[in-house]
Amino acid sequence: MSPAEIYKKLQDQCGDGVESFEAEALDPFIVIKPDSLVETCQFLHDDADLAFDCLSNMSGVDYFKEDKIQVVLHLYSYPHRHKIVLKIDVPREDSTMPSVETVWKAANWLEREIYDLLGVVFSGHSDLRRLLMPEDWIGHPLRKDFVEPEEYHGISTRRESLLK
Amino acid sequence: MSLINSVPEMVLTTKLDEVLNWTRKSSVWYMLFGLACCGIELIQTGGPRADIERFGAAPRASPRQSDMMIIAGTLTLKMALRTKVLYDQMPDPKYVISMGSCANCGGLFQLAYSVCDGVDKVIPVDVYVPGCPPRPEALTEGLLKLQEKMMQERWLVKGSSAQAAA
Repeated sequence: MSPAEIYKKLQDQCGDGVESFEAEALDPFIVIKPDSLVETCQFLHDDADLAFDCLSNMSGVDYFKEDKIQVVLHLYSYPHRHKIVLKIDVPREDSTMPSVETVWKAANWLEREIYDLLGVVFSGHSDLRRLLMPEDWIGHPLRKDFVEPEEYHGISTRRESLLK
Repeated sequence: MSLINSVPEMVLTTKLDEVLNWTRKSSVWYMLFGLACCGIELIQTGGPRADIERFGAAPRASPRQSDMMIIAGTLTLKMALRTKVLYDQMPDPKYVISMGSCANCGGLFQLAYSVCDGVDKVIPVDVYVPGCPPRPEALTEGLLKLQEKMMQERWLVKGSSAQAAA
């Protein structure tokens, strides 16, 4: 199915959860409301014509000026060989959205990474711990307003420029 | 009679410190500690072409059997704490070679939030090998420099000026 057909089918089935559709982008994407995300994703996964059985990638972007964090899901269907991108906007303060781990198991680590680096809290996640940074790290480094700490466990993070 | 006459040909005279150091430098067992792309060059250095085993350096998988640690690659802050633990587990006397730009000063990644800018912030380093990554020849040179340093050490007279210098 083409992205436009996927969007139409999705809108017919769960119209409330779908916000907008961008067909002209390099990877056509659908913007989804966070509240009904799990139901929408479950439909995309289960429906026989859509059958998005693979969560290829899940990432996050910090739009500091627009005061939002955008979570991006790249979906692929092995049975039908079609793909679509979902985008979910969450506010920077109180950035909470539902976890899609129950739909695609692969989301487990991907959501942990987004939580680790961007501080998006995925409600319903089974094991929401940091994935890459140390457990006792403070802050979320990919946020634009992240300030690097002066030291970590007595190791200074500052070094004089070697060119001086 | 014949034995006494042959003694000058059979016997070498030297200093005990030099014998000790010569034996130590000829069996520098190094711990495998490849952290990034430098680790590939580290493996090459142990391979047949560069073959640092001809200088007595054999790879060990455990810090408790190692005399030397080659830090090969980017050291993250998370790994820095573990590096300290591994270094503490090594028996004295122990040596550290910092291999490559990242281990020396953070290199390309020194401004990144997760990178420790240099191994010397965590553990003492004996030899710095520059390069990104250094060729096996460069690491071999680093080992030879370390062996030179080991030969300078004095063990019979503790606390002598030579020991302090080493």
